Amino acid sequence: MAMLDVQGLSKSFRGLRAVSDVTFAVPEKGIVALIGPNGAGKTTCFNLIAGALAPDAGSVRLAGADITGRRADKVCDAGIGRTFQLVKPFQDLTVLENVTVGALHKHDGVAAAKRDAARILEMLELGDKRHMHAANLTLPDRKRLEVARALATQPKLLLLDEVMAGLRPTETDRIVAVLQRLRAETGITILLIEHVMRAVMALSDHVIVLHHGEKISEGTPEKVTKDPAVLECYLGEGAV
Amino acid sequence: MNDLTPFGRAALLAFAALLLAVPWIASGYVLSVSIICLYLAYMGQAWNLMLGFAGLLSIGHALFVGLGAYTSGYLFTKLGVPPAVGVVAAVAVAMAMGSIIGYLGFRFAIGGVYFALLTIAFSEFVRILLDHAKFLGGTEGMFLPVSQESRRGVDLVNLRGSTEMYYYVILALAAGAFLMCRALLNGRVGYYWRAIRDNPEAAEAVGVDIFRFRMYAVLLSSGMAGVAGVFYAFYYNNLFPEQVLGIERSIEVTLAPIVGGVGTLFGPIFGAFILTPMGELLTEAVEGFKQSGLIAKNVKTDGVKLMFWGLAVALIVLLKPKGLWPWVCERLRLVKPPGQRG
Repeated sequence: MAMLDVQGLSKSFRGLRAVSDVTFAVPEKGIVALIGPNGAGKTTCFNLIAGALAPDAGSVRLAGADITGRRADKVCDAGIGRTFQLVKPFQDLTVLENVTVGALHKHDGVAAAKRDAARILEMLELGDKRHMHAANLTLPDRKRLEVARALATQPKLLLLDEVMAGLRPTETDRIVAVLQRLRAETGITILLIEHVMRAVMALSDHVIVLHHGEKISEGTPEKVTKDPAVLECYLGEGAV
Repeated sequence: MNDLTPFGRAALLAFAALLLAVPWIASGYVLSVSIICLYLAYMGQAWNLMLGFAGLLSIGHALFVGLGAYTSGYLFTKLGVPPAVGVVAAVAVAMAMGSIIGYLGFRFAIGGVYFALLTIAFSEFVRILLDHAKFLGGTEGMFLPVSQESRRGVDLVNLRGSTEMYYYVILALAAGAFLMCRALLNGRVGYYWRAIRDNPEAAEAVGVDIFRFRMYAVLLSSGMAGVAGVFYAFYYNNLFPEQVLGIERSIEVTLAPIVGGVGTLFGPIFGAFILTPMGELLTEAVEGFKQSGLIAKNVKTDGVKLMFWGLAVALIVLLKPKGLWPWVCERLRLVKPPGQRG
């Protein structure tokens, strides 16, 4: 059984079909990348899965349980952690407190949640910044903070929305290594939206390509990057 | 206490000792002003719990005070129920109103300024209702019977006694509110409140039921204000809708936390102890000028305190938008930086 099973997902905004009949699955312990040009509907797709938006049609199943249209906090209870493309830190809290809020999802006591949060921050190499206010972090650090906060809820499935954007290649490689280690250690399943192909190629076992809200291709990274339909949507007609 | 520097700890203990000693060292007038200080510190804490912790702006807190005052006043005058029992009903009524406003606001996602308008609307609505409620005295007011001898003893059940007793009652309330808010802020609920305040969408994504935790904030805050209402009723002994529920009352409780520091624990207390004495001194000074002829006797000067408060808030918002307390803390090194805490 797939960890995440998305069937016929659709969402329109004032007649514009942002996501149109999209079907895909993410196997347990898999790392799947969702790619596509700007405006392809990737983030909307995430919002539909994570409960920030309710779909017009289709279904979302997590480990067999139907979570379609559930509120975001209930989706988190079900076991999905997510990051936001436009980062949303708790500005007036410190880095440690930000992650503690996430850790409180599985811990009753603040002290235990803090310990767990500190451990996750070390893993994401934010340990020495734990007492800084989130508002004072650089963008790459804020992106990592998003990942740490989502991880702290101990999700079965992690949704990462462009967490490598704006990172230098060496930083990208470090995050890639962290995510690979995480999967090996905890068996977490990851679905990520990513433009940085270096990360997509290194991380994902499977790639799904969206264009104008529709799935136009899927397969291994090697296969997808050679698909004429994919090249056409990125480079324009006639370029292939 | 663990977050305080040795100097900060000493300052806090000195302040606590001073507060306990006020009735022994101060005259009747200073004692009355101190009671107002502590009342506004207590109400500031209640109001700050909503805005400073959970990010919910209320400009209708006089509503909850009024409901608490009228409920306990009615039970006492008409049914002979002592305030020690009436306070339960007062809190229940205030919380019931809080839950109605909270439910409407959060279920229909009325956020920010619009939520504040909702609190004003309900406050005004109830004030006008009370104007016409004959059984509660209407515009003629409700008066709580008080005898001369009851002014001397200490009767906590009936909340009757000397000014010193009222002082210690409001001191206990203010200290209790401070300790409670401190415990809440450092607990799970405090983390969730601040997360909702800073970013509701992100809070929801990490599993926070934002409706429920916002409701907790409104219920606690309105309940605290209900208790303040009981104190108000039995301290002043007369209740007029215009005086208890007027919008200036709601604005008044916001001043101390704004000046002291919204979202800080000690800000509301600090703000109350800065603003109230300065307002009183100003009023006294103007009276003095009138006596000595510097200001003509027929000039109306009732608004001078309000003007001062308005100016104080404007200056704070412009110069120290986070309030005076965080700045004082840093200047005097009262609190350890986050990295050095246990």
